[in-house]
Amino acid sequence: MGQKMLMKGNEAIAEAAIQAGCRFFFGYPITPQNQIPEYMSKRLPKIEGGCFLQAESEVAAINMVYGAAGAGARVMTSSSSPGISLKQEGISYIVGAELPCVIVNMVRGGPGLGSIQPAQSDYYQSTRGGGHGDYRMLVLAPASVQEAVELTQKAFDLADKYRNPMLVMGDGLIGQMMEPVEMPDYQKDPELPEKTWAATGWKPGCGRDRAIINSLYIDPAVLEKHVNHLYEKYAAMEANECRWQEEMTEDADYVIVAYGTTARIARSAMRKLREEGIRAGLIRPITLWPFPAAPIARAAEHAKSFLTVEMSMGQMVDDVKLAVEGKKPVHFFGRTGGIVPTVREIITEVENLAKEGK
Amino acid sequence: MEAQFLIAGFGGQGVLLIGQLLAKAAMHDGMNVSWMPSYGPEMRGGEANCAVVISDEPIGSPLVTEIPFAVIMNKPSMIKFTPAMEKGGIMLYNSSLIDITPDRDDIIAIPVDCNAIAEETGNARTANMVMLGAIIEKTKVISIDSAMEALKATFGPKKEHLLPVNRVAMEKGAEAVR
Repeated sequence: MGQKMLMKGNEAIAEAAIQAGCRFFFGYPITPQNQIPEYMSKRLPKIEGGCFLQAESEVAAINMVYGAAGAGARVMTSSSSPGISLKQEGISYIVGAELPCVIVNMVRGGPGLGSIQPAQSDYYQSTRGGGHGDYRMLVLAPASVQEAVELTQKAFDLADKYRNPMLVMGDGLIGQMMEPVEMPDYQKDPELPEKTWAATGWKPGCGRDRAIINSLYIDPAVLEKHVNHLYEKYAAMEANECRWQEEMTEDADYVIVAYGTTARIARSAMRKLREEGIRAGLIRPITLWPFPAAPIARAAEHAKSFLTVEMSMGQMVDDVKLAVEGKKPVHFFGRTGGIVPTVREIITEVENLAKEGK
Repeated sequence: MEAQFLIAGFGGQGVLLIGQLLAKAAMHDGMNVSWMPSYGPEMRGGEANCAVVISDEPIGSPLVTEIPFAVIMNKPSMIKFTPAMEKGGIMLYNSSLIDITPDRDDIIAIPVDCNAIAEETGNARTANMVMLGAIIEKTKVISIDSAMEALKATFGPKKEHLLPVNRVAMEKGAEAVR
């Protein structure tokens, strides 16, 4: 760990990526993530082998990511909701071609151009793949600037391990806020295999087959086999990469489920509720896919009910219900359009549940 | 212990810097801190504000919606944020530029003649540091020494010669509300 610095989420993510070996960044401006490309544009050209390029569009940027990933580079792009929508075609191709990359989405209010304020309304898009075809992306949702740093670096290792894009999903608040950060001494996972599949220039007698980067499988039988292979990787992610944090759930009557920005606000609410004598607990998914169903299922054995809190009209609430399997009621509270819920609002929701015995 | 601040003024008055120095100094003192700017379709000369939270516990919301301590550098910000003040909250305001008082009798409003005091230091651009001095005096959440350390780190070697006048500004700001 280095010295403690006060950094903006966006800048901290950019620096963390560089320290994790990211040497290529392609992007297109959009609020509230502009400090990521801005930081990259300053730093990458000064680093040997570094390349920053502002593309002519989000579509171009994600296809540049596709190219750099195919050549074996550690590469990243970032955007915010409408821009991430534009990248979906490219993301689907990158998944199909089994290439590693890191994508950051600093979510803003939607649909459409929406607002530029913090939101979590891209949950469905993020956790269900986003683009066309049978696929998943591993989705990491940091709740602090420090965690954004750690998860961004982890995302590069996971991308290489599974040869699949990784999504770091923050929101305008995580991107714009400054918090103390200690940059970890990043060490690449030593067990990562060599990128023998990378298209780095084939020559006769170079000792390997031609590397072919492709997502087109004309023969349905071949494509089915390919998709089955992708799903073996997703099963491995589900078995090995699911992350969450739980607090005071052991004896909780009311379990709040929230991620990212909302989780830190819910944590304050949970602690105040405990002071009032209401036994509240918190489960914070860190990976949104794979979704941490296990701790929720465990809590469903003893809790009276669940309250899912999101900056959306209720998207993760579906996954919470799947995890609870109908054993207990799952309630929802959310603000949307760029409004961040307050501690008071969450407390009131839980107090009402307790009053009504729900 | 948790201290929440909302600091607002014109873009260019250094309100974001006041917040960053508070946060940075408190961070070096070992506290948890967050600094959250207003961001959006803002224009040059328009309103700018930031929320700062300093706590010995992990910080939940970095936003400050019921304001216990407001730092108001211009008139439009006073009009905008007075209704959001917590009952009994403290408002430090820049009386050099604000010719009204907040229309609430359940808050404590303290005028600080920031621009006039800044001129006394010989550098009119230190008005925000006068206000930071007043904040420090009223809250004791950080010390002038730790604010100066934070300012030194922010300025870097190129602006190091400006440190003494900023210290004078902070001390005069503290004195004004003592």
